[in-house]
Amino acid sequence: MTLPVLQIEGVSKRFGNNLANDDISLTLAKGEIIALLGENGAGKTTLMSILFGHYTPDAGRIVVDGTELPPGKPRAAIRAGVGMVHQHFSLAPNLTVLENVMTGTESLWAVKSQTGAARRKLLSISERFGLRIDPDKRLGDLSVGEQQRVEILKSLYNDARILILDEPTAVLTNIEAERLFTVLKDMARQGLSLIFISHKLDEVMAAADRIVVLRRGKTVAERRASDSSKAELAELMVGRQVERPVREPSTPGALALAARDITVWVNGVARLKSISFALREGEILGIVGVSGNGQAVLGQMLFGTCARTSGTLELFGKPVADLTVPDVVDAGIGRIPEDRNHEGAIGEMAIWENAVLERISSPAFSKNGLVNRNAGMAFARRIIEEFDVRGGTPQTRARLLSGGNLQKLILGRNLLQNPRILIAAQPTRGLDEGAVAAVHARLLAARKEGAAVLLISEDLDEVIRLADRIQAIVGGLLSPPVEAADADARKLGLMMAGEWREVEDAV
Amino acid sequence: MTQLIDIFASIGLWSAVLRIATPLILGTLGALLCERSGVLNLGIEGIMTFGAMIGWLSVYHGADLWTGLLIAAIAGGLFGVLHSFLTVTLGLSQHVSGLGVTLFASSFSYYVFRMVVPVANTPPTIVPFQPLDIPVLSSLPFFGPAFFTQTAPTYLAIIIALLLAYIIFRTPMGLAIRMTGENPHAAEAQGVNPMVIRYGAVIAGSALMGAGGAFLTLAAFDSFFPTMMQGRGWICIALVVFASWRPGRALFGALLFAFFEAFQLRMQTMLGGAVPYQLFLMTPYILSIVALALMARRARVPQALMQPYRRGER
Amino acid sequence: MRFERREHRPLSLLILTPLIAVVSALAISGILIALAGAPVLEAYWRILAGAFGSRLAVSETLTRATPLILTGLAAAVAFRARLWNIGAEGQLYLGALAVAAAGSMLLGGLPGIVQIPLLLVTGAVAGMLFMLIPLWLRLRFSVDEVVTSLLLNFVAVLIVSMLIDGVLKDPMAFGWPQSYPVADDALLPKLIARSRLHIGFGIAIVLSIVIYFIQSRTVFGMQSRAAGLNPPGAVFAGVPLGRTLLKVACLSGGLAGLAGAIEVLGVKGYVTTDLSPGFGYAGIVVAMLANLNPIVVVLTALFTATMFVGADGMSRSMGIPTYIADVTVALSLLTMLVGLFHSQYRIRR
Repeated sequence: MTLPVLQIEGVSKRFGNNLANDDISLTLAKGEIIALLGENGAGKTTLMSILFGHYTPDAGRIVVDGTELPPGKPRAAIRAGVGMVHQHFSLAPNLTVLENVMTGTESLWAVKSQTGAARRKLLSISERFGLRIDPDKRLGDLSVGEQQRVEILKSLYNDARILILDEPTAVLTNIEAERLFTVLKDMARQGLSLIFISHKLDEVMAAADRIVVLRRGKTVAERRASDSSKAELAELMVGRQVERPVREPSTPGALALAARDITVWVNGVARLKSISFALREGEILGIVGVSGNGQAVLGQMLFGTCARTSGTLELFGKPVADLTVPDVVDAGIGRIPEDRNHEGAIGEMAIWENAVLERISSPAFSKNGLVNRNAGMAFARRIIEEFDVRGGTPQTRARLLSGGNLQKLILGRNLLQNPRILIAAQPTRGLDEGAVAAVHARLLAARKEGAAVLLISEDLDEVIRLADRIQAIVGGLLSPPVEAADADARKLGLMMAGEWREVEDAV
Repeated sequence: MTQLIDIFASIGLWSAVLRIATPLILGTLGALLCERSGVLNLGIEGIMTFGAMIGWLSVYHGADLWTGLLIAAIAGGLFGVLHSFLTVTLGLSQHVSGLGVTLFASSFSYYVFRMVVPVANTPPTIVPFQPLDIPVLSSLPFFGPAFFTQTAPTYLAIIIALLLAYIIFRTPMGLAIRMTGENPHAAEAQGVNPMVIRYGAVIAGSALMGAGGAFLTLAAFDSFFPTMMQGRGWICIALVVFASWRPGRALFGALLFAFFEAFQLRMQTMLGGAVPYQLFLMTPYILSIVALALMARRARVPQALMQPYRRGER
Repeated sequence: MRFERREHRPLSLLILTPLIAVVSALAISGILIALAGAPVLEAYWRILAGAFGSRLAVSETLTRATPLILTGLAAAVAFRARLWNIGAEGQLYLGALAVAAAGSMLLGGLPGIVQIPLLLVTGAVAGMLFMLIPLWLRLRFSVDEVVTSLLLNFVAVLIVSMLIDGVLKDPMAFGWPQSYPVADDALLPKLIARSRLHIGFGIAIVLSIVIYFIQSRTVFGMQSRAAGLNPPGAVFAGVPLGRTLLKVACLSGGLAGLAGAIEVLGVKGYVTTDLSPGFGYAGIVVAMLANLNPIVVVLTALFTATMFVGADGMSRSMGIPTYIADVTVALSLLTMLVGLFHSQYRIRR
């Protein structure tokens, strides 16, 4: 057997009380593709950041081609031939493709950049692996898929022989993802070794030779793709059967929110293209899609933070003009924003202030411009109690709450007002299992109370389990709705890829 | 009308343009270099003041003019270290840190100056840089005296502008600086240390500011007095935006600005008492504001400007 | 070495930070005093004596603190909403100019009890209007208000210079460029007889309490804080960013304008171009030292005034340039910044 190109030996890393990596070891052979499978927070990204020298491990070592890498030195990792493609691209939109690729590749004290030679090298690599790109284009003018190509090219340009990809398909459509895996397999055939991080079973099974499953910072299993099944991997990844709330049959009521032919332009780009949907009381309508396809703008439009360009919107049968945030709040629409840390809360303000800020002008919380502090505190205490928000009193700064508890606070401040409509954007993104279950239970309870719930999510399982009807959003277009009862992952996958015309029984 | 033509045809106007432009060129380039790496350096006004003071003081105490200029640059660099420490190492607000550096550097200048030079009716003077006599060029009719009888630091400033344009756009170092100003995380991922780059850019930029200030006391005038900077530093900050962070355009912007300044000085004498002179004195500030308003949206701002960089924190 | 955000900010640090900052600044300035060849402790002792050594000294220090409290408040309310108004100096001058113009030409005949409030409002409105220029430029053209408000400071002094050289020039001033004086009735009553201390000091104290109340108890206070801390979050919560900033700008500019008005009505009676020895800039330090707390602003303004007034006397007797006060004040801003960092982060490894 040949020497493995990469050995990770006994790596541990602790952040505060959280043991992110616990004695992890794995090896990678030349020409092999390993998938690192695990749920959010399993420690995948931490491990790869250690490998790449972004973090220094508390224990353990990284060996490339028989030589140990000095810990915490990205430069050494690059020299040893390790390349990393982050989930959030490390690129500069104002620089050209070539400039992005060339940064750091030459001696800083050289009197001239060898641009000509660099362009030739870049073009030859892009030719060899079928990653076509225009080196002189401004990076900000490229599509997301093209930007990812630049990220990969950057590593290859640095003569990477080991390529690490962190959730490479998170931002891609299905078709783009398929294309990517074709390229990756071709790379492996040409002698490169790859590790990709994922929590999607399909792509792991399809693309990897070997699958390493991480759970709570530990390696729990290693399987050859050929010897395993999705069912087994799913069980290994989750580790236990998660209690998901059971859905009661839906009894949809009156039409609460109707959108017709809504188009939204943001900075000269059409983010929503003539979309229509209807939301009834007592139902959950799921809008599913890979992030970056317009669901953020859809949420903002309904939250009152982004005006629509054209189209009509009706609330309980009455057409409404441009929505401002106070309009939305006064209309009794609950709002769960996609980004809870930046939109949903003001970290440096107290929990009670965050609880009442969006309703601060209402008579319940202020009078003649004076804040009724006691009412705000009482409201915050009610949320903390009824929604089981842990980790703070009403006076604690919101920043100190964990993601799950912050989300409970946001849910609480909305649901305690008994909203008739609830717009929830990515309500469980980044939360742990317990918090996810709590959020799901709350959404179902709101539905039972007769609220009309619009659930915007990229988590397929979540949408399948919670929604009564599902529409997919792709490139600013919205598919026709399908009944959740008839939807399976395959059908939804096709819808999310924009091929809903092939879904026969679209309503 | 003929009077206007007289102004444009006067040698004095054109030679004044280059003289007035020199400190602006150096200051703008310095600020530009800092900002390209992602650090707004509002210490500029104070750093230029300190450069003016320490350069003059060195020469007053017997140093030769070039040494004075060098000392001013080094002193500027030291203030750059201070500003870097506050904004890069500690990641504090670049606005407030820069203002703090300005307040400190200018009051420190006045303190040192007063400590060494007691109050006097006529401030002491030095022998400043003299115009260079360039063979052939200086003896050209009109163009000779208009453009080729400047002091050596003026030519140096123009050379530095071209050099900086080359460094920023044509060398690996320049690319590393630009990447740090656009996305320090990406720079780090590619093995460039953004902290080191920012320190270097801020120190070098501040040295240019110090030299720019010293030009005022070592070439344009021959003495130092408090409040002589008159907001030149702030004008440089505005010029950086006007120049869209490009050294070539910064040079052009500083010259254009100096042209207006030289022109208004002559208009002032031409119109005599008819128009209050204060209106003319206001024009540089108002022009700067207008330039900012025109360019702010159009300019391609370094994306990481004013964003502190901390490893591992996104 | 790594910095880690502190989970909790110990109260002791919040209180101690400004004190440590001031002591460190004094220590560094001590080196400069020593370099000038003077005994450091004695110099500081004379500064203290110069600022508090006699009834007159105390009244002088409080008089000097008055505009500093107001410009400090102007900076504090603006900074809290992340509106970087560095133009308090210019707004102060325009406030002073408006008061001198209105007081000498329009309202001169009215009784003091009517005239004084009208003039104070005039000054505040003038400062407010001047602050609207950088705000408008920011909202309309996305121009950084720091640079514009700084540049406008120079414009403001030139406007004053132009008018007191022209229409407002007092012919009785032996050719000195200064404005007509306001009517005697318009002068602020004294707090202490035979001193310069006037009721403006009381007004400043009351305003610092009022602003504390506005910030901590009103809807506007809460919204402006939200707008400063997290703009996207504030927008999501329905805070009208533009309108909030407009109100903050008016408050900030108004306070700075009022500082100018009070300086004219309380101390000088007329306006000149050396009315302010940098009150606007010092206000930034006052606000930062107070960690933007309006009540603490009174204390930090007193510290700043102490340095300025005390250094005058010390300078005369010991031959140390008065600029030592400016140096110390500027240094305390820098040490305070480091201290603020320390109270928010801890150093690891």
